[in-house]
Amino acid sequence: MRLLTHNMLSSNIKGVTNGFPLQLEVEKMVVKEVAFNGDFLKNIFPKIEWKALLDAAVAMGCGDLPENAEATMLDNEEFLRKFHHALLQLHLEEGALICPETGRRFPVSKGIPNMLLHEDEV
Amino acid sequence: MTKEHDEANNALVCSGNSSRCAQIRLVASDPEVYEPCDDSFALVDALLAERANLVEFKPNLCMEIGCGSGYVITSLAIMLASQGRTGVHYMATDLNEVAAQVTCKTLEAHGVHAEIVCTDIASGLDRRLVGMVDVMVVNPPYVPTPEEEVGCHGIAASWAGGEHGRRVIDRILLVVQHLLSIRGWFYLVTLTANNPLEICLMMREKGYESRIIVQRSTEEESLHVLKFWRSKDSPPQRESNTANASSDSSYFTLPRWAFWRGR
Repeated sequence: MRLLTHNMLSSNIKGVTNGFPLQLEVEKMVVKEVAFNGDFLKNIFPKIEWKALLDAAVAMGCGDLPENAEATMLDNEEFLRKFHHALLQLHLEEGALICPETGRRFPVSKGIPNMLLHEDEV
Repeated sequence: MTKEHDEANNALVCSGNSSRCAQIRLVASDPEVYEPCDDSFALVDALLAERANLVEFKPNLCMEIGCGSGYVITSLAIMLASQGRTGVHYMATDLNEVAAQVTCKTLEAHGVHAEIVCTDIASGLDRRLVGMVDVMVVNPPYVPTPEEEVGCHGIAASWAGGEHGRRVIDRILLVVQHLLSIRGWFYLVTLTANNPLEICLMMREKGYESRIIVQRSTEEESLHVLKFWRSKDSPPQRESNTANASSDSSYFTLPRWAFWRGR
């Protein structure tokens, strides 16, 4: 699971109002090389919750991202490379995503987050 | 030939036109996962028919709901990569955990990547992914079945569609409208029993035009692959009830007889 996917996931438990961002529980992470594409990064940037990406990257052991980011920084190659690495190259392979409101664990196994709910959570 | 094309072909270790989509021999399988079948092939054929349009469309994010074996999302990724369209993000969901893993294997075997989430339709993605999906592809559980078979675990969830096979389709339609970008395209497999004309009319009320991309009849079923896109002069949704007065015949491109099934 890339951190881009983490940035798009929220707790889907019925009644949860503050389900984003999910906290990362990292058992195993891997770095997978992904072809750099600046246009993709520029297109996706406005949709990214920066704080969630920053915290997730730190949880994955990557402290390279700046505390804050704004669109003007997208002209900076160095910034784009760091953004690319955090967003697309860091993969959570084994671990869990934790609902910030209820503490419910959504397991991540073989890189696949499992957001299936129990009957009493739907 | 572009560099990307070479790389795509190398990754596939194959030649000729089979590199346009996923190869059956590389598609992973499991007794609990729906294998590529006529409906999967019809959907991939529709995407191949749309290839030039899709390349020109330059999607940023493509998504499949109910990826099963992974044959369709893998084919889409291969097709766009072979045309030099890189930097596209692919996502896929499936309710079946085994299917999610099988899709991963199929993608890996073809040297392409998609992010997989095991979830019901797009649950958990529906808040943050609003308006972001440029291309959505869905081969839904469309077979008319007793209601109690809908959404059960295992392989039956891949086909069980409840009354008229519409139980899951109708839920998917709502989610897709939510997730599609303003310029987004949506490809959907339907069976004649699903009443595709009614689906198109429902979508029209929401401001979507539609067209049949592939029509295919087998001994068992008659399939249509429909494409939906937001009408340029789409009325605001609260005014949609008055949209039937439209005099622009191209606004709705499906003739009513298109779904008539003669025998």
